Amino acid sequence: MRILVCVKQVPDTSEVKIDPVKHTLIREGVPSILNPDDANALEAALQIKDKNPDTIVDVISMGPPQAKLMLRECLAMGADNAFLLSDRAFGGADTISTSRTIAYGIKKLGNVDIVFAGRQAIDGDTAQVGPQIAFRLELPVVTYVQNIREVKENSIIVERQLEDGFEVVEVQKPCLLTAVKELNEPRFMSIGRIVGAFDTEITVYNHEDIDLDQELCGLKASPTKVYRSFTPEPKGKGEMLTGTINDMAHTVVEKLKEEHLV
Amino acid sequence: MYLTEKHEMIRKLAREFGNKELTSDILDKIEETEEFPKEIFDKMAKAGFFGVKVPKTLGGQGADTLAYVITVEEIARVSGVASIYVSSPNSLCGGPLLLSGTPEQKEKYLRPTLNGEMIMCFALTEPGAGSDAGGMQTTAVKDGDYYVLNGRKTFITGAPLSDYAVVYAKTDPTKGTRGVSTFIVDMKQEGVSCGAHEKKMGLVGCATSDIMLENVRIHKSNLLGKEGKGFINAMKTLSTGRLGVAAQSIGVAQAALDEAVSYAKERKQFGREIYKFEGISFMIADMATKLEAARLLTYQAAALMDEGKDATKASSMAKYYASEACNEIVAKSVQIHGGYGYIKDYKVERLYRDCRVFTIYEGTSQVQQMVISRQVINGK
Repeated sequence: MRILVCVKQVPDTSEVKIDPVKHTLIREGVPSILNPDDANALEAALQIKDKNPDTIVDVISMGPPQAKLMLRECLAMGADNAFLLSDRAFGGADTISTSRTIAYGIKKLGNVDIVFAGRQAIDGDTAQVGPQIAFRLELPVVTYVQNIREVKENSIIVERQLEDGFEVVEVQKPCLLTAVKELNEPRFMSIGRIVGAFDTEITVYNHEDIDLDQELCGLKASPTKVYRSFTPEPKGKGEMLTGTINDMAHTVVEKLKEEHLV
Repeated sequence: MYLTEKHEMIRKLAREFGNKELTSDILDKIEETEEFPKEIFDKMAKAGFFGVKVPKTLGGQGADTLAYVITVEEIARVSGVASIYVSSPNSLCGGPLLLSGTPEQKEKYLRPTLNGEMIMCFALTEPGAGSDAGGMQTTAVKDGDYYVLNGRKTFITGAPLSDYAVVYAKTDPTKGTRGVSTFIVDMKQEGVSCGAHEKKMGLVGCATSDIMLENVRIHKSNLLGKEGKGFINAMKTLSTGRLGVAAQSIGVAQAALDEAVSYAKERKQFGREIYKFEGISFMIADMATKLEAARLLTYQAAALMDEGKDATKASSMAKYYASEACNEIVAKSVQIHGGYGYIKDYKVERLYRDCRVFTIYEGTSQVQQMVISRQVINGK
């Protein structure tokens, strides 16, 4: 079985600030990390490999050459091979353009049973790239995977996280799954695997290598224009009601009336 | 200056490990129970902390001495006692086997020690032989295919937890240090027993005790290296060990500096944060400068070892300076904390107790001064 995990190098947003004038992210001096949800996706793939040792887990990313370091961290966690889609032509891509490039990269690699991605990247928070890759590769997709119940010969049974619970989905392979942080606790790298990761060649593909027309990559192929980036106002604190159900229902109705909502 | 991306990634791993696994709750529990959690020990083994610079073919991680130093430094930054568990298999316990072990001995003892399945200890010191290790009284008398060991080893870190001990004993008491040989002793063997756990000032959570040897019969296959070459084995092992203590020192000193800076920024007296007073800020400047000097000495000694050069002087200098600087830095951090620094709720109180032994074990500062001066006077 071959599993491909889509990973992204992102600025550590716990240390990132927004330029108050330009409304863009100030990335200078901010350390780059493996996107946290992607680490969960990789861990899920590695856990499948732990149980089925003949599984190959590869990682793929689109980004500048510096992203190699993050790919080496993936190798140091236990991935077998790493592929980087890197080309000036890929720069300035929105999710539509990014997902096309990654889908072409995956097609180039071929023979994938499961594609994993993180739910979303902490720098853009779109949660679009995973499902878009699935669409382009015509793969079934299950988003928000919080548990993997069983990996079968031709399918996989997962729990899909909902706001107030989860649904159990059996999906045929090949498929694409997006991971949420509740799925697992990503493992530590190991010193020996770090040493190995620096002895492993990372394959770099440009647009020609993946047979993608330059006009279909990067900024040129990105219809999205960012109007404004901002930190959303935190929601106000909720009020917890106490008492009997009747009391609480009564209070709610009174409050709604006060606000002229009913 | 010497650090590559690989070293930085190893630092990141060790730092993440420390922050995630060695939480203050866990550390408090270790102080309280005097026991180190087995699950954290196992996780450290899995992360490869026990055989950092040992070749992969022997079960190690295939990194270098600098990587070892960084690992110990980062773990010591969160927990001194945890850094003992990291440093021991890398240096004092793995070292003698790596230096003098036969392929069979390495397979039987080194590999399981590095992957955390076996615990070993290093038994050199005796009640009457500390700095003067050559003055040991423990004897090993040959009897056919066996050696019969008698004597007492003292302050042996990890002895009560160990499966095997590397024991130094005199096979020929007439030859002084040239009469010392090294043995691998099964701690469960007849005639081997441990003394009471020492009540230590710091580094609580790693049991330390005497080892008593009474007519312990050791098969010649457990002689480590050649007869009479034990003292050289011990000294070479301690050379790496010193670097481990230097690394512990810079880790603990960094923690003390971090604590001092964050406290000085929060604590207000006379209407302003105390870092705004020169008396405090100059202390912080001294602490940071000495720490950096200690770190560079330590990294330099590690880099020399990695280049295969003689690091005797460099590692003694690193151990001497870093451990003394660490004690000063931690003392100043306690001073900056004022009364709170004397209270167990504050991290610096533990750091103060933990670091005190750094100028003592694995060669006191005075022994390091002897080594350094001898090297300098001999033009090395």
